[in-house]
Amino acid sequence: MNGPKAAPYELVVNGTVRRVDGALETESLLRVLRDRLGLPGAKNACEQGECGSCSVLVDGVLVCSCLELATAAAGCEVTTVEGVAPLGNPPDAEPHGALLSDVQQAMVDAGGVQCGFCTPGFVVAIHDLLGRVPEPTTLDVREALAGNLCRCTGYGRILAAVEQVVALRTGAARRDSEKVDSEAGGEGGTVS
Amino acid sequence: MTDVQARPRRRGQGSPTGGIGESPSRPDGPPKVQGRFAFSSDLEAEGMLWGRTLRSPHPYARIVRIDIAPALAIPGVACVVTADDVRGAATYGLISADQPVFARDVVRFVGEPVAAVAADHPDTAQRALDAIVVDYVPMPALVDPLGAPAAAPIHPDGNVIRTVRIRHGDPDAAADVVVEGSYDVGMQDQAFLGPESGLAVPDGEGGVDLWVATQWVHHDRDQVAACLGLPAGAVRVHLGGVGGAFGGREDVSIHVHACLLALHSGAPVKMSYLRDESFLGHIHRHPAKMHYRHHATYDGRLVKVEARLVLDGGAYASSSSAVVANAARFACGPYRVPNAVIEAVAVRTNNPPCGAMRGFGAVQVCFGHESQMDKLASRLGIPPVELRLRNAMRTGDVLPTGQQITGTAPVAECLRAAVSHPLPGPAGDGVLERPGGAGRTADPHRVRRGVGVAVGFKNLMYSEGFEDDSEARVRMTDGAAWVRCAVAEVGQGFVTIAGQIVRTMLGVDTVVLEPADTATAGSAGSSSASRQTWMSGGAVYRACRLVADQVRSALARELGLPPEELTLTDDGRLTTADGEVDLTVAQAAGGASFEATAVHKHKLTQALDDEGQGEADVSFAFAAHRAVVDVDIDLGLVRVVQVATGQDVGKVLNPLQVVGQIEGGIAQGVGLAVMEEIVVTDGLVRNPSFTDYLIPTFADAPEVLATCIEQPEPGAPFGAKGVGEPPTISSTPAVVSAIRAATGVDVTRVPVHPWDLV
Repeated sequence: MNGPKAAPYELVVNGTVRRVDGALETESLLRVLRDRLGLPGAKNACEQGECGSCSVLVDGVLVCSCLELATAAAGCEVTTVEGVAPLGNPPDAEPHGALLSDVQQAMVDAGGVQCGFCTPGFVVAIHDLLGRVPEPTTLDVREALAGNLCRCTGYGRILAAVEQVVALRTGAARRDSEKVDSEAGGEGGTVS
Repeated sequence: MTDVQARPRRRGQGSPTGGIGESPSRPDGPPKVQGRFAFSSDLEAEGMLWGRTLRSPHPYARIVRIDIAPALAIPGVACVVTADDVRGAATYGLISADQPVFARDVVRFVGEPVAAVAADHPDTAQRALDAIVVDYVPMPALVDPLGAPAAAPIHPDGNVIRTVRIRHGDPDAAADVVVEGSYDVGMQDQAFLGPESGLAVPDGEGGVDLWVATQWVHHDRDQVAACLGLPAGAVRVHLGGVGGAFGGREDVSIHVHACLLALHSGAPVKMSYLRDESFLGHIHRHPAKMHYRHHATYDGRLVKVEARLVLDGGAYASSSSAVVANAARFACGPYRVPNAVIEAVAVRTNNPPCGAMRGFGAVQVCFGHESQMDKLASRLGIPPVELRLRNAMRTGDVLPTGQQITGTAPVAECLRAAVSHPLPGPAGDGVLERPGGAGRTADPHRVRRGVGVAVGFKNLMYSEGFEDDSEARVRMTDGAAWVRCAVAEVGQGFVTIAGQIVRTMLGVDTVVLEPADTATAGSAGSSSASRQTWMSGGAVYRACRLVADQVRSALARELGLPPEELTLTDDGRLTTADGEVDLTVAQAAGGASFEATAVHKHKLTQALDDEGQGEADVSFAFAAHRAVVDVDIDLGLVRVVQVATGQDVGKVLNPLQVVGQIEGGIAQGVGLAVMEEIVVTDGLVRNPSFTDYLIPTFADAPEVLATCIEQPEPGAPFGAKGVGEPPTISSTPAVVSAIRAATGVDVTRVPVHPWDLV
């Protein structure tokens, strides 16, 4: 026999409660997401925690889903690449109609995507990094993303994508704060 | 003369954006960033079984008995297949069919397939593999490539896969100085991230559909059909989403096994290797042992190069016979070498099979010839860049094969561009900016900086008489175009380039690339040898021209003009000399549909004769690299700080994608220089994981500064040369040259390990 089957359990994936029934106890979160919940965004490049292709957030913490037992994540909030785009963007929307997150858009625009196998993991990891460190230095980026392997790009365009997101977000934040200053009677005036 | 006033007047809008020379985003970009792009390992089918492969634990052994009964007794196991179930050809191979689908009597490398199972769950399949009993009688393994030619044959085809000899000029020519050296290259892995995977679905009529990650669906189809004993039409190979390739998907992997399991079980079968199996399940870059002797005048003119090259092909031939010929043809580097004596041998051993990887033979010899050029520069007291410039090949020069270079050859321009980039400033205080990074903090006072340069070149397209044509079909309706071309998109961005060509040629906004498969399109050839932009880009270009010609005729009829008065411009507009008609092809077509199929062929090439002479190649691409490294001289740790390059690209079709190829290729060259090696001991791969086989991470990848040298190549569509391989060729020796400069250690082997330096 294969390993014992787990009792049915629930994962909260991208805000939706998903019941997992009939899985083996030994199945990783990556396997369950991919093979049982129809979410192939997390990728299976090494299945030993070295490449980051399977990156997801579990209760807000970036993990390699290949190293997490799915049963251990029962009841946790799991965010996959399918769930990083803005609300109102159904994960099963047609590609041409779907909205992209700023990180996703920057990866496309800046040339951070070639074969694309590492890309979902990078998207999740970049969202995590910029959520924690809004204005990282180049070395911050290189260190934070060193757990995500890419064989195609040499990382140059991925770095450019991160910089694009930072510029957009800080530009937007600056505009917002200056707008607040202006509304509060500051001298800055409006900034286009 | 026609009265100008009476002439028809038709003026359209400007051409759409996203054409040649721009950087439109990849059409597969959005699904890839959303995680919805279907890679071959993402495929599923109703009632699908999981396939797994039983592999040899021995480098060389006789098989006495295989008992599959215990596996078949496991609930959930659908079938087990072995060599007895292969109804067609027992062997396959890229160039010669010497590799068994399953070993029957003998296994020749660790990892050779012996059986495969299909079961209801991957874990069940694994337990079934564990239950199969194979009795082996191990034999002494042949693992020394230098001893292979004289050793007892380990395969009916013998231990020498191919010997290539080149005799050029006067083999007895002498000169003022001679430098000599031996150089070794370790076994590099393509390390694409997407594992070998695919889905085979029986069609219920004895045939099968296979979705698989590959580089050439048609060549796969031919090999699979032969092994299945089916006509080619009964096997349809579809391109599954490809997670990188770099040469490692030229050979078949899961293909025949998955189809056999599907046909035996009557159910769809998915196979997807785990990383350790991937290291055993595809070929690698050939390890090389090279001995060089360079003869030159005191003023630094190369007079003669002698080289002896031994490539370890491992247990089966794969593409070794072509790799070794490349190594021989490019052994002297992109220099004028009037006299050359080269012998290159690819041998068979019980090591893992080797074959295609980005650079394909040119990588290994570039490390050799560039190490020699540095040694010669040092001996003569001539700066390394100056020595290279004095010998730099240019158009009109003759290669050691006797072939004259008729296309562009901007070697000096590449070199000057590479060294013109600004050098990096001193490393900062952060530990990540020191060799070894945060893990092993170096003492900044014991870090030495070095700078090195190297130049390399390689053929574009297949060589030695091989006709690797590509076919494309273009259909235009209502301002949109559909392209049918069986190119394997492996990440290189052909899907973007094809769209750019069509937008430029026809003036359409929307271009749809239809799926690549063997059932609906002719062969596009392999996504390798930096050839698809030229060959399949050329086929798309030609198909667009045919469509445009049809539209021109239709428009001429409509306007009552002689067709020859309508000119098709290079940017896809139909115009009259007086400017009264000026329309994109799409505008001229209106609502009508047009369709054309075209085949692009390159000029014929020749086989090499017994002296290694012949017009073997279509075109060449060149690049130069300058590397800057910091080395901790106590710990032997290397940080590659910056790589600057000048690359011969012909013409830039998509600036963003060219940069992506250059940066990605340099990362792989840096990897070979300082970290990447499959360690093989007595035929056993010791590091089949990303824990132990290290590829550059974000923290390891250097800053890259790139200049593209644009000299349009005659005969190439849009003048563009392939750009994928040159970045990987001379970046490795440039890094090693910089390490030598930093440390004074005469490094002769890559990858360079810490213990080589301290």
